[in-house]
Amino acid sequence: MSSVIPVSHLQTLRMSIYRFDPSIDDKPYMQDVDIEVPTDKDIMVLDALHLAKAKEPSLSYRRSCREGVCGSDGMNINGKNGLACITPLSEAVKRNKLTLRPMPGLPVIRDLIVDMKLFYDQLEKVQPYLITKTDNPEKERVQSPEEREELDGLYECILCGCCSTSCPSFWWNPDKFLGPAALLQSWRFIADSRDEATEERLDDLEDAFSLYRCHGIMNCVSVCPKGLNPTEAISNIRNKLISRKRQ
Amino acid sequence: MKVNEVINAKDLPVMEFDGIIIGGGGAGLRASLQLAESGLNTAVISKVFPTRSHTVSAQGGITCAIQSDDPDDDWRWHMFDTVKGSDYIGDQEAIEYMCSEGPKAVFELEHMGLPFSRTEEGKIYQRPFGGQSKDYGKGGQATRTCAAADRTGHSLLHTLYQANLKAGTNFLNEWFAIDMVLNDDGAVVGVVAFEIESGEIFYIRSKATVLATGGAGRIYASTTNALINSGDGIGMALRAGLPVQDIEMWQFHPTGIHGAGTLVTEGCRGEGGYLLNKDGERFMERYAPNSKDLAGRDVVARSMAQEILEGRGCGPNADHIFLRLDHLGPEVVHKRLPGITELSKTFAGVDPAVQPIPVVPTCHYMMGGVPTNLNGQVITIKEGKDTVIEGLYAAGEVACVSVHGGNRLGGNSLLDLVVFGRSAGIHIEESMKQGVDLKKASTDDIDKALERLNRLNSSTEGEQVAVLKERMQQNMQNNFGVFRREDLMVKGIEMLNDSREAVENIYLQDKSAAFNTARIEALEMQNLFEVAEATAITANERKESRGAHARDDYPERNDDDWLKHSIYFSKTKEVSKRDVNYRPKTVQAFQPAVRTY
Repeated sequence: MSSVIPVSHLQTLRMSIYRFDPSIDDKPYMQDVDIEVPTDKDIMVLDALHLAKAKEPSLSYRRSCREGVCGSDGMNINGKNGLACITPLSEAVKRNKLTLRPMPGLPVIRDLIVDMKLFYDQLEKVQPYLITKTDNPEKERVQSPEEREELDGLYECILCGCCSTSCPSFWWNPDKFLGPAALLQSWRFIADSRDEATEERLDDLEDAFSLYRCHGIMNCVSVCPKGLNPTEAISNIRNKLISRKRQ
Repeated sequence: MKVNEVINAKDLPVMEFDGIIIGGGGAGLRASLQLAESGLNTAVISKVFPTRSHTVSAQGGITCAIQSDDPDDDWRWHMFDTVKGSDYIGDQEAIEYMCSEGPKAVFELEHMGLPFSRTEEGKIYQRPFGGQSKDYGKGGQATRTCAAADRTGHSLLHTLYQANLKAGTNFLNEWFAIDMVLNDDGAVVGVVAFEIESGEIFYIRSKATVLATGGAGRIYASTTNALINSGDGIGMALRAGLPVQDIEMWQFHPTGIHGAGTLVTEGCRGEGGYLLNKDGERFMERYAPNSKDLAGRDVVARSMAQEILEGRGCGPNADHIFLRLDHLGPEVVHKRLPGITELSKTFAGVDPAVQPIPVVPTCHYMMGGVPTNLNGQVITIKEGKDTVIEGLYAAGEVACVSVHGGNRLGGNSLLDLVVFGRSAGIHIEESMKQGVDLKKASTDDIDKALERLNRLNSSTEGEQVAVLKERMQQNMQNNFGVFRREDLMVKGIEMLNDSREAVENIYLQDKSAAFNTARIEALEMQNLFEVAEATAITANERKESRGAHARDDYPERNDDDWLKHSIYFSKTKEVSKRDVNYRPKTVQAFQPAVRTY
């Protein structure tokens, strides 16, 4: 990245980055790191982090695909959760400052890296896999294009955690409320015409917390880097739960 | 015991499994699924949470003759295309196995829940891809690539992860494997690895170890590959004295987004998109009159590079090519290629339903790798003979079985992953049933696997990773790219020689234990360097042009001398040759022919 930028087109950007190394720090602190960024082209927040890490090699963050499909680099960018690799500085920087913090609501392991165990545990609770009872045919299970379309907006989830860690209901009850990401996956399988465990899936959500702690705040929708709508998925499940009670 | 202490093998805690899989991408998860479902005590060791693996970035699809689009499609036609695509150094027995077993593996994925796009009849949707034909090249373009929109890799990886959750696989997520442990007999009996979060380090003993560590595209400055693609399995194999095969064969994907390197699927051209030079000419018609934009990737990438070299590139610097999709209409673009729409907007600032995407050939895939047989067992060459390494398997991009030879066809990597991840799993299952008895590793054996970690931890001065990596990537980009020639490659090899000592003695400034990404990057850099050096030396030795390996100084294919695999050992830095398999079991071998599209 840095090698291709002509020196004449650089300006200084002050990054304020959350730092915490459990082996040396008693508590976290914000560190200012000044980096040189190009003025004639946009770069991503992740590129800016690489430049900061070149100056501060101990700075730690997760990253992998750098194109918004692997979900590694979810973080809190100037107050809003997002993926560093697809958030351009032009969008993120305010008053020439870029503040980066770990995603809120989960324990911090180090710097921008959070412990996602709770998040993954909640995902596993919804049995995020296709459950079938009938025997598999020799070829594919038939699914019409219309049935398949029901999965659009659901299967694309990248498990970055931006939604659940921006959800106040998840902050209060991360062990009991499943959170938007897990519930989106729950609906992804309920909505799949091939799945044969809808009733059991719904049964598992019939308590006061798992699903019903969603209060429709919709932070999940506003931060999802893939443009998905967990609130809608949750209300779809809610409708199913209510309508089967009426029957 | 922490990863930043001075570590002796005798103090190292031990974990034990029947089978371990290093890497949580498509190949690793398909292998682990096989083992977990058979009740073996299995662990996946992955340096990232599995769904962050690079398989997630695969877009266009998985090529397989499932007869959805064309009820008369035939896996033998797919085999013919793959052999031809490989420029005749793909092993035909392996290609036969992949193409004929493929449908089973693809339907299994569908049964696991993979959300394939659908045809009107509710079957798996297929799209045309490059290098595909009907009737052994005589029946025109085939439509053989099974797709979930343009997110097939994402769908496949998540589906396999879900299936592994269901099967109860043990996951050691965010663990990093440093090196393999070989016993007195030269068999592999596990790895030394540490948990990245805590820095706790272990000897993980196992009866079967599967390398599924993926590719190493980060040896180049410009690549479609994820930042994690550092060739860890190749580094481990070479340091253990094992060979790599055809490592000079690197695929440059025709369409990486100019400047960013992110992939734009071949499926764009499959859906009807085409390439334009600055004159607005569909130049592929000149280079490949029949297949045009859907010729083999090596052919398209070279044609694009040629257009740019001859001054017909687009943009103010005439340094890229346009990929046009807008004529397909917003309906097709947004429905069939939603991911591309997103990526183009983010990384090129264009909506492909309106404007062309600026693209350039970009490093994409490592055709070479650790040589294996059909069961995924790693082989070495002893006194000219193939010899199985007990306890060690490899599958996916890290392996070279070899189904891709000199050039991989689009959609064949995902098929490779599931077919050979599965076959490695099946073989391990069978051999466990019969009983595996490998000699235990001595503390000396384990100490060898700790060597480079201890050296890194005791470093007090030296060069930093970022500097070394930048130098290597520029070198590979400039001297081992789409077109190659001896003087540049010799210069490149010298530059690598000059760096080797510094790479072996990287200075690690931050020696902390918990989630220390600087340590990981240093260990990855050493792996990348092994791949770069192997690529450089072997590329210079193969004195011909074949598949992705195009030399200005040897422009012709030379079947007399080089209808062979290259074999490279890092200990001697010597390149030898190995016969290509021309013995498929159920069909006649396809003989080398002039390769035109």
